[in-house]
Amino acid sequence: MSIPTAKRPEPDSSYGRFSFSLRRWMAQDGNLMRLFVIMIVVWAAMAMLSPRTFLTIDSFSSMAFQFPEIGILALAMMLAMISGGIDLSIVGTANLTSILAAMMMVRLMPADAGAGESAMYMALGVLCALVSGVLCGLLNGWAVAKIGIPPILVTLGSMQLFIGLAIVLTEGKAIVGLPEAFSSIGNGTLVGLPVPLLVFAACIVSVYALVNRRPFGIKLQMLGSNPTAARYGGIDNTAVLLKTYALSGLLAAVAGLVIIAHTNSAKADYGTSYILQSILIAVMGGVNPNGGFGKIAGIVMAVLTLQFLSSGLNALHVGNFFKDFVWGIVLILVMVANEIGPKWRWRRRQPESSV
Amino acid sequence: MTRWARSSEFYVGLILLLLFAIIGSRNGAFFSAANLFDLIRSAIVPGIFAMCATMVIISGGIDVSFPAIATFSMFSATKLLLAWHFDGPVFVAFALAGAIGLCLGLINGLLIAYFRLPALIVTLGTSSMFSGFLLTFVGSRQVSNLPASLDRFGKLQVVKFAGEGGITVGLPMTVLFTAAIVLAVAGILKYTMIGRGIYALGGDPVSAERIGFSAKFLQCFVYGFVGLLAGIAGMIQTTMMRSSNPVDLLGTELLIIAAVVLGGVRITGGHGSVLGALLGLLLIVTIQNSLILVGIPSYWQRLVIGALILVGTGIAAYQIKRSSAKRKSILA
Repeated sequence: MSIPTAKRPEPDSSYGRFSFSLRRWMAQDGNLMRLFVIMIVVWAAMAMLSPRTFLTIDSFSSMAFQFPEIGILALAMMLAMISGGIDLSIVGTANLTSILAAMMMVRLMPADAGAGESAMYMALGVLCALVSGVLCGLLNGWAVAKIGIPPILVTLGSMQLFIGLAIVLTEGKAIVGLPEAFSSIGNGTLVGLPVPLLVFAACIVSVYALVNRRPFGIKLQMLGSNPTAARYGGIDNTAVLLKTYALSGLLAAVAGLVIIAHTNSAKADYGTSYILQSILIAVMGGVNPNGGFGKIAGIVMAVLTLQFLSSGLNALHVGNFFKDFVWGIVLILVMVANEIGPKWRWRRRQPESSV
Repeated sequence: MTRWARSSEFYVGLILLLLFAIIGSRNGAFFSAANLFDLIRSAIVPGIFAMCATMVIISGGIDVSFPAIATFSMFSATKLLLAWHFDGPVFVAFALAGAIGLCLGLINGLLIAYFRLPALIVTLGTSSMFSGFLLTFVGSRQVSNLPASLDRFGKLQVVKFAGEGGITVGLPMTVLFTAAIVLAVAGILKYTMIGRGIYALGGDPVSAERIGFSAKFLQCFVYGFVGLLAGIAGMIQTTMMRSSNPVDLLGTELLIIAAVVLGGVRITGGHGSVLGALLGLLLIVTIQNSLILVGIPSYWQRLVIGALILVGTGIAAYQIKRSSAKRKSILA
């Protein structure tokens, strides 16, 4: 990464600003590069430690069913983080919306429903989940943008609210017995690829298109790096925030649907550790926790790295708790590396530039 | 209106009294000594946690790792004491747990102060790290054969009398610990230079550094001190439960932060008081313990608490917005 550039003159006038942004771009690409190397190293390490169980078609296909749900949640977290906020309520949203969908499918559908009728109820359930996901997100966005409550508090409260509502709806019990067709979608494959993976891919493509190919993406990043400047730059911060949190809620609802289709049951307190994990993935993937920057490629690589790590550790039969330990260390190390990496390079260049 | 009537402590106190009145009028058992003592007992450990959260949030940071630190310190301290066949004064157990907590807290502090990493994410990471380490390498099974002196201490009570029906009700000795810690934190925040520094740092880090406070020292102090308090809180939990459970306290962090914020401690830093934090905590503890007395099933708890957080912080945020709009209109 660091080719000696002794001869390159360092501009120090107003041109310096341009060269600085260029260099920062290089550094950010360096983050992706570093992440890619970490991913390969983790994969290779796990493959070497347990080749029999890790390097099998079975293990890869079970991985492909596992990581999409957390991957989609991490995308939702990324959007909120780019806007300079955080969304702690994504798991609550996922559980609440998926419970609504499951109730539609289980309680409303008559027992003797035909194939067409049951497909209709399933579509209704999915639609209901997606709409309520958007509504949950809009509630967050409204409280953040209109009332001015810090995002961490809004989503802390709405997390309790959504999970609370889900508990009240189900009286704390799990909803089981989803239509067979629905869970066979969640555990099935299409053209040889697991359906959850395809859903994840669809989410990636649409979020990519939205963030990198539409004005919304630029507005979102500007809002995240400096809200005041964004406002003076003519951006409607309220609209952008509402849209961001609505999207985050929508993605959470999609994740919830993937989860219930995969596990064939809906529970109010499913996957509460996913909140931590999605923050971990977002930060590891290079999303700036202070807002303004994040790349989808980083998220995908971070998700894969963590999945390799956790499947590999599973194959080694170390307990779940050890995974928590390793993830915590990885998170801290990645953050420290991201923090001191660029500084260190910059310091080393200083004497060269003075020559 | 006078100044105190506009403070958030006043409003939270009012809501708390209202809640007491409503619950008390619906169910007389609420004001029985047994129930009130129960309420206080269930606030002993969360009370110390609330002090942790208050200090950190006033300093402009946030810490979600204190339950993990508490669990880590109490469980490993208990294990150590058992391994030494310890039977000395209880003081040693608390000191040991506190020291372990202090070390873990300093890890947070160093990472946040010297690498300038965001506090939320650092403490999320260390929280996962500490509890993962504890459950993998120290043990994951509850220890119920505590050292004899700890066991004896757990049975000590400050006040005790026979209530109606011949059931003795009392408050454990540890309530004095919480009281002492609350007073100490209030004293530090109000009467020491470090306390003023914590408020200054939370209000505006740049100005705080310019007038001569060291942000690095203050952050290390805050996170270290929080670790110490969490360690002591963990040991208190152990003596009260008369067993050491490595997963007991985990997952309470967000609720404690919510309680403190309800009590008027501003999450952006620089504002808040110990009294407010305590009132906010009492509100949450009362809802958790006593909703059932008015006939609301316990599964409504989370919904009520969530709504309370949103409404409470919403009103506070709305007031700030309005007052800053007023200020702007004067300038213009």
